[in-house]
Amino acid sequence: MTAGVGYVSILLALLCALWGIIAPILTHRTGDQRYFAGARTAILGQFVLVTLAAAALIYGLVATDFSIKYVANNTTRATPFYYRVTGLWGALEGSLLLWEWILIIFSGLVAWIYKDRHRELMPWVLMIFSIVSAFFLSVIGFASNPFETVFPVPLDGRGLNPLLEDANMMTHPPLLYTGFVGLTVPYAFAMAALIIGKLDESWIVTTRRWTIIAWFFLTLGNLVGAYWSYHVLGWGGYWAWDPVENAAFMPWLPATAFLHSIQVQERRHMLKAWNLSLIIVAFGLTIFGTFLTRSGVLSSIHAFASGPVGILFLAFLAFILIGSFGLLAYRADHLKGQPQLDSMVSRESAFLLNNVVLVSALFTIFLGTIFPLISEAVTGAQLSVGAPYFNWVTAPLFLVLVFLMGVGPMIAWRKASLDNLKRNFLWPAVASLLIAVLLAVLWVRDFLPLLGFTLCAFVTATIVFDTALAVRARRRIAGEGVFSALVTLARRNQRRYGGLVVHLGVVLIILGIAGSMSYSVEREATLGQGETLTVGPYKIQFQGLRASQQPTHFRVEGAFQVHNNGHDLGLLAPALKFFPGQQSPIGRAVYRSSFTQDLYLILSGFSEIEKNRATLRLLVRPLLAWMWLGGFVIVLGTLVAIWPNRERGSGMED
Amino acid sequence: MDDPQSSGAERPWRRLIVTLAAILPLIGILAYGFYRDPRYIVSPIVGRSAPSFALTLFDGSKLRLDDLRGKVVFLNFWASWCPPCRAEARELEAAWKKLKDKDVVFLGVAIQDSEENARAFIKEFAITYPNGMDSSGKINIDYGVWGIPESFFIDAEGRITYKHVGGIGSAIVVAKVDEARRGIVSAKEGKGDYQSVR
Repeated sequence: MTAGVGYVSILLALLCALWGIIAPILTHRTGDQRYFAGARTAILGQFVLVTLAAAALIYGLVATDFSIKYVANNTTRATPFYYRVTGLWGALEGSLLLWEWILIIFSGLVAWIYKDRHRELMPWVLMIFSIVSAFFLSVIGFASNPFETVFPVPLDGRGLNPLLEDANMMTHPPLLYTGFVGLTVPYAFAMAALIIGKLDESWIVTTRRWTIIAWFFLTLGNLVGAYWSYHVLGWGGYWAWDPVENAAFMPWLPATAFLHSIQVQERRHMLKAWNLSLIIVAFGLTIFGTFLTRSGVLSSIHAFASGPVGILFLAFLAFILIGSFGLLAYRADHLKGQPQLDSMVSRESAFLLNNVVLVSALFTIFLGTIFPLISEAVTGAQLSVGAPYFNWVTAPLFLVLVFLMGVGPMIAWRKASLDNLKRNFLWPAVASLLIAVLLAVLWVRDFLPLLGFTLCAFVTATIVFDTALAVRARRRIAGEGVFSALVTLARRNQRRYGGLVVHLGVVLIILGIAGSMSYSVEREATLGQGETLTVGPYKIQFQGLRASQQPTHFRVEGAFQVHNNGHDLGLLAPALKFFPGQQSPIGRAVYRSSFTQDLYLILSGFSEIEKNRATLRLLVRPLLAWMWLGGFVIVLGTLVAIWPNRERGSGMED
Repeated sequence: MDDPQSSGAERPWRRLIVTLAAILPLIGILAYGFYRDPRYIVSPIVGRSAPSFALTLFDGSKLRLDDLRGKVVFLNFWASWCPPCRAEARELEAAWKKLKDKDVVFLGVAIQDSEENARAFIKEFAITYPNGMDSSGKINIDYGVWGIPESFFIDAEGRITYKHVGGIGSAIVVAKVDEARRGIVSAKEGKGDYQSVR
């Protein structure tokens, strides 16, 4: 019954989506606005029906209706309520439904918010939404059906992959999907603008908040993924440059480039074709990412189920790229006659350089990711590209990017005068050089990390210095206190100050990456009961093993008494969990975090013959905690940037 | 989408072709991915001498691969929990019955398994050729086993002549043993229908 309701909803929603594709064309052909109303109704219909389908699947999961194959595969009677709900995105079929659901929520919001605006653009915007939605609905309906039933009905289900039983399961996949799907909004407006050939700045002004929101979710989704990996997977790292991780990260690069380059277009009416290309690439990469993850064409440590959907996503990707770039090529004449750069020393050129660097990073990561395919297709040689390639190639690019993060927001538009440069950069440069000297004398001896820390200091200094000047001016003009001056500034120029706060968050993340990449210490030792391992300031004494039977698994825990410079940090107990359905145990690492460094313990094995002998892997990872803090700062900055401001009109167009 | 201004567009078709020329190779490369299994790595040890090992059999006796020089060896890695291993077990026993008087040694190596389950497996399928456990995993690492089951054919000079990934049928076993006897090294690895991945 539940399955029937869900499946019929999907099929009806597909019909709505098809109508949503035809109606805008009829609007255009006949000029009859009733067809436009039809396109809006099609979106509404999809919204209602897909919500119904999602509700049906959630209901099936919560009520453990094992007649639905998906439910039987992803829950058990013992699964707690929380993980039953998150089972919605525990596997491919449900994930696609969640994706479609988020997509149609976004579409509905757009249709509702711009009810009476953008009369020319809207039919086409809604058509693009319906095209994307129709694709997902067809995949859900005909290739990867979450409502497939199973007979005879099993008595109990198989349950989620144990690695998914973590609190981050609630956040990471939906955040990432929201980020991916969010990019559909600027993409749809861009395509609509291309279709009607109205290529001024209006589509950009309309969608910039949407883009910020999508970027925000994309950033958080990746960060939470990294945190999950660090927190659960028990290898002490947070990023492995695995194809699936790259797939999630790659759309972030053109999206970030786009956020910056649209400011150039808004101000200077330049980079029109470039901006259109960026958003097409960013949207295409979200489809490419799903293709990569679900097709199994590349070897990944993330064992996702693959199936016929891979080929469908590839076909859709081809359709998107050929259709979008074809349209862009067709309209290229409308994009001619743009202003030229006035000077190489200007904000435009800083943003342009930022774009070049981001796109270069995208290209190198993309190439590294698909290189095993190219190599085998061209030379027949099996090759894999690992973390060292990615680290070596991207580190310099990201350092340039950090530098530009200091320069871009402060340098003048059009042409920076010597005076402008001196006023904004002299003191920050001096301050960061002093810090560099201090760091070099006291701690940091290697070039790349020293450069990284110095650039972080430089960006921070430019932001603090600029804000301090602005606060001082406000105190002089309006006699405000420091705090109220800050509030006024942020409210008067939300995007600027929100952006600066986001930059600070990125600086913190870079700090965490640079520290943990350059100065990690890793040791492995086999300890008998009572034996001690000393690493840096840490003394770790092995107290013994404990074994226990948990509801879902058998657990072996090693107890380690940890001291840091004589301070008792308590008992840390990394564990190995043996799940009945899994061949190898799943590690449960434990760690202690501080702002200087993390101590990370992994139980890598224990002796079955000799009692109470365990092998411990220990990692000391400096500054890593700043990375997660950076995430919170980015949340804060984004809120500042997009917070609705009643004084200056409403809605998504600020 | 008719555009009155498109008359000003000079040869949009040419631009369209350039666009296609950029996109199609990319899609082609990605589509090529469907024709390969990224986890499948051609073994470098086929054609080379088989890594030697000593194995304690389930009957308690010890067996050294080097002692089998002069005979053709069929080496099979398996585990009791792996479905394709169950599927091929009867086939292997049938091949053994056919070949056992012809100077061939069959050897089963249970990996990633508990001894109890492995013994139960041998009993269930009434396997009569020698079997042992590689508890430390050393043998399966030396042979580069990455999925179960995997089978190796070793000729009288101790050279690996053929490797088969996944379940194997008795006809192939008989044919490949014959090739090994004649010293024919297969250029390509064989693949069964499916395989349990670790």
